[in-house]
Amino acid sequence: MSKEPVAVAGIGQTHHAAARRDVSLAGLVREAARRALDDAALTWTDIEAVVIGKAPDFFEGVMMPELHLADALGATGKPVLRVHTAGSVGGSTALVAANLVAARVHRTVLALAFEKQSESNAMWGLSLPVPFQPPLLAGAGGFFAPHVRAYIRRTGAPAGTGTLVAHKDRRNALKNPYAHLHEHGLTLEAVRNSPMLWDPIRYSETCPSSDGACAMVLTDRAGAARAPRPPAWVHGGAMRSEPTLFAGKDFVSPRAGRDCAADVYRQAGITDPRRQIDVAELYVPFSWYEPMWLENLGLAAEGEGWKLVESGATELDGDLPVNPSGGVLSTNPIGASGMLRFAEAALQVRGAAGEHQVPGARRALGHAYGGGAQFFAMWLVAAAPPTG
Amino acid sequence: MTPRPRDVAVVAFAQSDHRRATPGLSETELLLPVLREVLDRAGLAPGEADFTCSGSSDYLAGRPFSFTLTLDGVGAWPPIAESHVEMDGAWALYEAWVKILTGEADTALVYAHGKSSAGDVRDVLTRQLDPCYLAPLWPDSVSLAALQAQALIDAGETDEDDLAAIAARNRAAATHNPHAQLRGAVPHGDYVVRPLRTGDCPPVSDGAAAVVLAAGERARRMCRRPAWIRGIDHRIEPHDPGRRDLTDSPSTRLAAERAGAFDAPVDTAELHAPFTAQEVILRKALRLTGDVRVNPSGGALAAHPLMAAGLVRIGEAAARIHRGESHRALAHATSGPCLQQNLVAVLEAELEGEPE
Repeated sequence: MSKEPVAVAGIGQTHHAAARRDVSLAGLVREAARRALDDAALTWTDIEAVVIGKAPDFFEGVMMPELHLADALGATGKPVLRVHTAGSVGGSTALVAANLVAARVHRTVLALAFEKQSESNAMWGLSLPVPFQPPLLAGAGGFFAPHVRAYIRRTGAPAGTGTLVAHKDRRNALKNPYAHLHEHGLTLEAVRNSPMLWDPIRYSETCPSSDGACAMVLTDRAGAARAPRPPAWVHGGAMRSEPTLFAGKDFVSPRAGRDCAADVYRQAGITDPRRQIDVAELYVPFSWYEPMWLENLGLAAEGEGWKLVESGATELDGDLPVNPSGGVLSTNPIGASGMLRFAEAALQVRGAAGEHQVPGARRALGHAYGGGAQFFAMWLVAAAPPTG
Repeated sequence: MTPRPRDVAVVAFAQSDHRRATPGLSETELLLPVLREVLDRAGLAPGEADFTCSGSSDYLAGRPFSFTLTLDGVGAWPPIAESHVEMDGAWALYEAWVKILTGEADTALVYAHGKSSAGDVRDVLTRQLDPCYLAPLWPDSVSLAALQAQALIDAGETDEDDLAAIAARNRAAATHNPHAQLRGAVPHGDYVVRPLRTGDCPPVSDGAAAVVLAAGERARRMCRRPAWIRGIDHRIEPHDPGRRDLTDSPSTRLAAERAGAFDAPVDTAELHAPFTAQEVILRKALRLTGDVRVNPSGGALAAHPLMAAGLVRIGEAAARIHRGESHRALAHATSGPCLQQNLVAVLEAELEGEPE
């Protein structure tokens, strides 16, 4: 018996900000969930199960917060699953929820991911000691900057690539009313002159710390047929993990990322990703990760990701727009960041992305990664249902 | 219920010796021998399972992203399809079961670990409560369980002597369980929080457990007598204990119904009841009669490694089927204060219409 096709029938997200002091954790998740239900024209009783994802519980200081959030999400008497796969968790949560529908265990499922980083200091929460190394890390940027430098050395990319990406994503965010950062009038010059945080990553090339949530209603064929608006269809989804550190690990282009993309492309029948994918929402917390992931995902030839960026192809009006939403560089509630990528990909193929819509987008890639560039989750969504 | 596309079985189970403390052992080191044992039993090489899913808690480990370290024990190279729940491993097993049902995997490795000794577990678990209304009061896990036990006594459904008998029965059963922490006659002790005495409470345990799942023919090749998952379901209740009838467990009953537990009698039940009074509530919700063997392993009163104890219940029930000691067994796992969230799995030695 083949899998049940999975449709994204509703999408909702909160307005994101450095601190959403106006809402509790429950209020935050409910805001996103209500928008997703409204989008699908469903009520709480239509939801059979809830899958919640977020990054470490220490970020809010609540152990297993899904236990008390079950009430706010109308989950009494329903199954609730809580996923945690580090930064990729928003994507993993969507995939776990999609599998409940694909396996025909449930017909309509709410997937929700959130982080309320203002409850603690996420930068220090992410400054984990690396075994056998002096404790010199300050934030995730401290961990990833050496790998960016390795990318530059390996490919000979010019120093300005990162600033191009940051300038693009922050401009895209101006078209996204939900984005955290709206930096009107930000010039490339200002990005170039922003303070250096972790060489070569500058302040304006770094993701913010956000409060926010994202929710999606995933449903089967019957649910999609009842939906008031065109759904996005899941054509492929996969997760891959590898250890944090080991001799021979390629931090610049981790094999787990390549394998994950290959699996998704195989499921979706993608043989030429550069040509067949219309738009990509990639998890780019530091600007340089755009060219790095373009290569890792087979959207650019090895060593040529930076050339694609320089050519303008990844701009909103380019032929492979990347992060039209403004991406992680403009909005970063860590646990939700992956689901925001998945949801923005779905919005694009539904033609519902508003001002940052890529005209005629039919196939979109949503991508998330986490840990020490070791956990990957991706899905490919399309406007048309899968065949066969 | 919609017909399932695939039959999935528990084909192997392994667990650590559960101990009050394991100083000097990392969670990875605690887990590694367990993984090795379960993979050997299933005849799988490290990294060979099609899917891997684990359950653990950062709050127990005392560091964020703690589960990333245990990947070193799994053999995640070349990269593996892998996921993690911040829940008891029983829910990791559920995620893996769903993955196999989709047809994307034929085999899955499920594991869970918890070092409850790293902090004061009664204090740590208060952080699990609603941060606005409950957590500021620091009601600890024993106090909340005591409220539940008192409600049950007030309703005339049990008394302190009954509870003491439950404690004694579980720990006597654990005599035959080499992995258990509290075995044989254990003093019932003084009140910890009235009406619960030391003997009514679970020990604080460090431990790990692992299970291998497999589908159809693959399961038959890996195990002489697979424990087929006839049904598995889980449900949650409102968080605030004040909004629940603490003498009942409607989420357990509903999960059991959905899992098909009431379709035919079971001969064995492994209940995740950390406190004696909770066994009374679960027996009622699950309609377990006197002829059902309840917790032949000694249950959570004999060893309670948080985040693994629920998976251990499924593993123990499956192992009884593997050994020919059970034909149809029920396994239960719980999470949250006063049995807020519950999972029920029904395991059988044979499939419908198939001779054993």
